[in-house]
Amino acid sequence: MAGIEQKNIRNFCIIAHIDHGKSTLADRIIEMTGLLTSREMQSQVLDNMELERERGITIKAQAVRTVYQAKNGEEYIFNLIDTPGHVDFNYEVSRSLAACDGAILVVDAAQGVEAQTLANVYLALDHDLDVMPVINKIDLPSADPERVIEEIEDVIGIEAEDAPRISAKTGQNVEDVLEQIVEKIPAPEGDPDAPLQALIFDSLYDSYKGVIVFCRIKEGTVKKGTPIRMMATGAKAEVVEVGYFGAGQFIPCDELSAGMVGYITASLKNVKDTRVGDTITNAAHPCAEPLPGYKKVNPMVYCGMYPADGAKYPDLRDALEKLQLNDASLQFEPETSIALGFGFRCGFLGLLHLEIIQERLEREYNLDLVTTAPGVIYKVYKTNGEVIELTNPSNLPDPSEIEYMEEPIVKAEIMVTSEFIGAIMELCQERRGVYDGMEYIEETRAVLRYHLPLNEIIYDFFDALKSRSRGYASFDYEMDGYVQSDLVKLDILINKEEVDALSFIVHADTAYERGRRMCEKLKEEIPRQLFEIPIQAAIGSKIIARETVKAMRKDVLAKCYGGDITRKKKLLEKQKEGKKRMRQVGNVEIPQKAFMSVLKLDDK
Amino acid sequence: MKPLELYLHIPFCVQKCKYCDFLSAPASMQERQDYVWSLCQKIRSYRELAKAYHVISIFIGGGTPSLLESSQMMEIVKALRETFFLDGDMEFTVEANPGTLTMEKLHTYRSLGVNRLSLGLQSAKDEELKCLGRIHSFADFLESYQMARRAGFANINVDLMSGIPGQTLPGWEETLRKTAELGPEHISAYGLIIEEGTPFYEMYGEDGKDRAQHEGELPDEETERLMYHRTREILEEYGFTRYEISNYAKPGFACRHNLGYWERTEYLGIGTGAASLIGNQRWNEGGEKITLSGKDQMEEYMFLGLRKMEGVSKAGFSRIFGCEIEAVYGDVIQKMCEKNLLEISGDFIRLTDFGIDVSNYVMSEFLL
Repeated sequence: MAGIEQKNIRNFCIIAHIDHGKSTLADRIIEMTGLLTSREMQSQVLDNMELERERGITIKAQAVRTVYQAKNGEEYIFNLIDTPGHVDFNYEVSRSLAACDGAILVVDAAQGVEAQTLANVYLALDHDLDVMPVINKIDLPSADPERVIEEIEDVIGIEAEDAPRISAKTGQNVEDVLEQIVEKIPAPEGDPDAPLQALIFDSLYDSYKGVIVFCRIKEGTVKKGTPIRMMATGAKAEVVEVGYFGAGQFIPCDELSAGMVGYITASLKNVKDTRVGDTITNAAHPCAEPLPGYKKVNPMVYCGMYPADGAKYPDLRDALEKLQLNDASLQFEPETSIALGFGFRCGFLGLLHLEIIQERLEREYNLDLVTTAPGVIYKVYKTNGEVIELTNPSNLPDPSEIEYMEEPIVKAEIMVTSEFIGAIMELCQERRGVYDGMEYIEETRAVLRYHLPLNEIIYDFFDALKSRSRGYASFDYEMDGYVQSDLVKLDILINKEEVDALSFIVHADTAYERGRRMCEKLKEEIPRQLFEIPIQAAIGSKIIARETVKAMRKDVLAKCYGGDITRKKKLLEKQKEGKKRMRQVGNVEIPQKAFMSVLKLDDK
Repeated sequence: MKPLELYLHIPFCVQKCKYCDFLSAPASMQERQDYVWSLCQKIRSYRELAKAYHVISIFIGGGTPSLLESSQMMEIVKALRETFFLDGDMEFTVEANPGTLTMEKLHTYRSLGVNRLSLGLQSAKDEELKCLGRIHSFADFLESYQMARRAGFANINVDLMSGIPGQTLPGWEETLRKTAELGPEHISAYGLIIEEGTPFYEMYGEDGKDRAQHEGELPDEETERLMYHRTREILEEYGFTRYEISNYAKPGFACRHNLGYWERTEYLGIGTGAASLIGNQRWNEGGEKITLSGKDQMEEYMFLGLRKMEGVSKAGFSRIFGCEIEAVYGDVIQKMCEKNLLEISGDFIRLTDFGIDVSNYVMSEFLL
């Protein structure tokens, strides 16, 4: 598309709390700008991964370019950059925002401002984006747009009086949003003749094209043949193709110049070379400085992943390698467990990221996995001055060699209506939270601030929060370093043998309770076997809890004659199938799901 | 000519028992007559197949076959004789329930060549019979039993059942002794199985898992196992040997027909839902034919053969499958022997007493 003037480009994103209607509005914008016919519309065009659709969560940032014929008679290019809506992917969100010039803030007309709304707005304001509020879901009976507008003005402090009141679902007033994008979101700036400076906000691996880099051109111009260099990773390549984002497809064009959003391919083989946030420059005429804000994201949560069938180890490795091509934040290295055999210690941005990878491995690669309890990275300060970053509880040194340990802490903001403040405070205290303060944002709602250990929130904190506030609390957090903590390793012994894959690190104060519940849970999960099986929880050599699985006394078919044989064989097959899902530890067969049971201790 | 066993299914009874999941239901006279007619048609339809075989056993089961009139039984046997080559010394069993037998029927059976009678008693305690939904009392059974002896039956089986709701260990022992004292040649003593689709399943759930709601009704697992172990001890006192998990016989009276099922002799099932194994195909009447692979056949050889107390023959395995049993199952056999679940005695591999208790666990290991 030659001849596009910068003044007719709008680069923006949509930010919202989960379920406030971000994806629906994106769909409407795409639909109403006429790029797609109604027939082509899938319900959520931007979320093209099957998994995303099911979970209703946008996992990877994506972009789409549409053409809008404004009421002033001019044609505008809209580059809508989608942002992940989960705290696990905060860094990706910040890079997507950096690729935009403005943001549409979608707020639910019934629910009003939520924790993620605030977190996202602050993030957008940090990037000097113009934030344009939109009140969504006005078709709901409980909608109160005027109250929400007031709230936006009071709590966030941005002008919202003329915010479009829309229903993205029905399409009502979405036209106003389009007009306001033209009016309120600034056109990009930048000099097409300056040295190239392009921000990478995402990348994906395609088996034909290699790595496809999603970028925003801040300065300069890039086209086929341009020699490029990634300023942080140092990777160099020559551009093979540039283009922009159709709906669900890549459309090549001649060049991308300052102000544009598009993609570059350059026969790069690995997404590790094109880290989100890095700056692409012209290797021959480099810019003086990279764009600010790049950081290498590091996994926060680790767990062991093992193939249920040991023979599938190479398949798991291949699958992880393939996923990593598209996901530079996924890390893995081989490890061995006595109980589970060969597998990988994998690092994730958060629990959601873990679950997504796990599901993709199972679904797209047909792998049956055994996953150990997720843990965070602990810092172990040894008496000899060495410091270990512990990602696998089994590697914890002998207590006599440990001077002290530290665990990661997050700064959390929880927004909650006043009636649930007590319940949420109680929850935070149970999770070893340190109270930092509370602010009423309106008469009936407050923001609670806590410092919480990351290992207390990675499992089920979000669920507990929702259930104790009847769904009304919302939550956002950011990492806030490490603090010293009284941590112990809790070991599980099954039939007197320590099962390495079941060990986990826990605060000394909660060890007894966790140990007891773990034993109870395992007693439910482990089927009766030929002998009695003691299940014990231990700290060091001290047993702190015990349960017993009674011996199986009887498993026999009294009758089996001619007419029964086929049916009886099916029964035996079922039994055999059950056994396949077991792991042999010593003499005991442990169902694979037992290894995950530590996750579900709070299920009541 | 190859040996063949015949099973004929008579799906009628006076009243359905509460544990019964067989194809059986009360039916009118006319229905029964129509059924016998079509059964005879079906028998005759096997004329071609019959040419390759000689019949070594016939088992007419149900349901309650003794519900049929003598004339109906005669029609069936006539059809059999006209279609199949029946061995002169074949075993020919008819199942009968107390309350449905008459001297006239018994004489007819004898004249038709029936030489084995299988009587459903289940319990010598009337309250237990009532609980099971049986139509007869222990006294009714005694009458039928003695009538059968008078009619000249020298090979009688009595079916008994342990693990009945409300049953106690002494109660079970009493049933065993009262039955054994009568001197039948064969006793089948089954543990109650709660089958899906039965009134007991509704009450007690799968494998009796809802038993807690009916406290004290179903004997617990411990008692159930004691009952099982006592069964052999008591019946041995009376000269019975356990030759299969639930079957006991005086010397020379093991049921040849049923041994055929566990030894994979070919059999043809005729009548509603009856099962057949011919060559490498299994089917139930009205259902699809399943072709067994070599692997399927090995698996069956093992899990069926292990039901027999003598166990499976290693030589038999290599004769049938052309390879040593160790080459296929060496690891499993060793593992099971180490756990004291299997033992090897000469050419035979068999379940230990402990192995019987958890035989599903052992047998499932033999699935490839």
